[in-house]
Amino acid sequence: MTQDEVTPLLSVRNVQKSYGAIVGCTKVGFDLYPGEVMGIVGESGSGKTTLLNCLSGHLTPDQGQVIFDTRADGPRDTVAMSEPERRMLARTDWAFVHQHARDGLRMNVSAGGNVGERLMAVGARHYGDIRDKATDWLERVEIDTARIDDRPSTFSGGMQQRLQIARNLVTGPRLVFMDEPTGGLDVSVQARLLDLLRGLVRDMGLSAVIVTHDLAVVRLLADRLMVMKDGNVVETGLTDQVLDDPQAAYTQLLVSSVLQV
Amino acid sequence: MTEYNFAYLDEQTKRMIRRAILKGLAIPGYQVPFASREMPMPYGWGTGGVQISAATLTPEDTFKVIDQGADDTTNAVSIRKFFEHTANVATTTKTAEATVIQTRHRIPEDPLTDEQILVYQVPIPEPLRFLEPRETETRKMHALEDYGLMHVKLYEDISRHGHIATAYAYPVRIEERYVMDPSPTPKFDNPKMEMAAIQLFGAGREQRIYALPPYTKVVSLDFEDHPFDPSKAPHPCALCNAEDAYLDEVITDDEGARMFVCSDTDYCEARREAGHVGKDAI
Repeated sequence: MTQDEVTPLLSVRNVQKSYGAIVGCTKVGFDLYPGEVMGIVGESGSGKTTLLNCLSGHLTPDQGQVIFDTRADGPRDTVAMSEPERRMLARTDWAFVHQHARDGLRMNVSAGGNVGERLMAVGARHYGDIRDKATDWLERVEIDTARIDDRPSTFSGGMQQRLQIARNLVTGPRLVFMDEPTGGLDVSVQARLLDLLRGLVRDMGLSAVIVTHDLAVVRLLADRLMVMKDGNVVETGLTDQVLDDPQAAYTQLLVSSVLQV
Repeated sequence: MTEYNFAYLDEQTKRMIRRAILKGLAIPGYQVPFASREMPMPYGWGTGGVQISAATLTPEDTFKVIDQGADDTTNAVSIRKFFEHTANVATTTKTAEATVIQTRHRIPEDPLTDEQILVYQVPIPEPLRFLEPRETETRKMHALEDYGLMHVKLYEDISRHGHIATAYAYPVRIEERYVMDPSPTPKFDNPKMEMAAIQLFGAGREQRIYALPPYTKVVSLDFEDHPFDPSKAPHPCALCNAEDAYLDEVITDDEGARMFVCSDTDYCEARREAGHVGKDAI
């Protein structure tokens, strides 16, 4: 089967978002196919988080389309959807992993409650079932199940991030947005988290859009790469192609700026 | 008495409150914002309930006030006197004789009729408030029926205590639409809310009014494997021997002796007059 016969899970067309006179991101377009992981890299202020927020419905783009292949009705523009429909997508087929776990978790609710929230939001009303699923997911993200009733505020940074991932993936989403998922974690914890993410993405056949400034993260996780600078896309291509043979001047600078140990 | 307009508030204010009440009745469980007035009592003492009562009372009404079920507590006595003074309405302590009943924390034990109005004093009208502090966000959640969070609270209860430990202000869903705080009444009273009387809820400090028309469907939230349980203390009333009434636990000396008595004083007195005797009745 060639790619022409497969409907893209997410089609982004000419997305643009400005903050007054300041351009957040402009003329961004790409297709993301089922099972594909797309990396977006760039320096701080290059518009990658703005873009991610536009794609995930947290921000409304000034123009452009974000077409998602919904289960029920096929491809639909999420920008033109009603708010309830978009929220429904956001808690079923989509997931959003924040850079800071405390933005994506309820810190005063137990780990089990955090994982169970999305289930309850889509109508789960059996405590035993919810708890079994929460336990299962804590195991899958390597959190000791004895801590199911502890609050995330008592967890380490790496555990909080893994809990956030469990909380997002429990409803079996098809598309995951990640904003710097390894930011602020030390390298050994990063490595375990990346390992876990890679396993989950492969096992569940997830599609993902990962925003990061860490080239090592995209080399490990992403199939394709998009490089952004000042709100514009300066280069796209297969990850190893872009990283090993960068064409744009900015990408060359970015790749050569990575510290070698 | 003539120094005051009837029932203290001016007529324009009463019209404004009545409009909020009508809107509330038209959208059961929806919190209607209203321009709450300063009342001659502190916030938290029932300013919302008093404003609704003022806008609801007519000269022919008979008014009853209960606080935790009792007619003779400070708050109940002061509010009753306030309307005796400013509206010159008849007052009573008998549930069956009252046409407007203002209450804090209880629903009377005797079933109310379609001739009566029950006015609740509400401290915090937003059932989602302790889970989501932003009003902008809770309003959006109500608008979009985004109520998953409410069950997270109940989940937390079970995971911590083994059962749903919320014993008062137990959240209810109105006509399968709005989630509503029944005010801090014990959950024992929740099933009574599907009643013949009109129920009006006033939160003075928070500036919200909401309402339930007669026989509105009120469902207490729960889980399939942890169903709602309108429990009460497992005793009969020590004074009137009632088995079906909500009980207060009263400590009677320094040695830990205690007795359980009806919190609805009118109900208890009526039963004792009818000859029912509890084990500690004098």
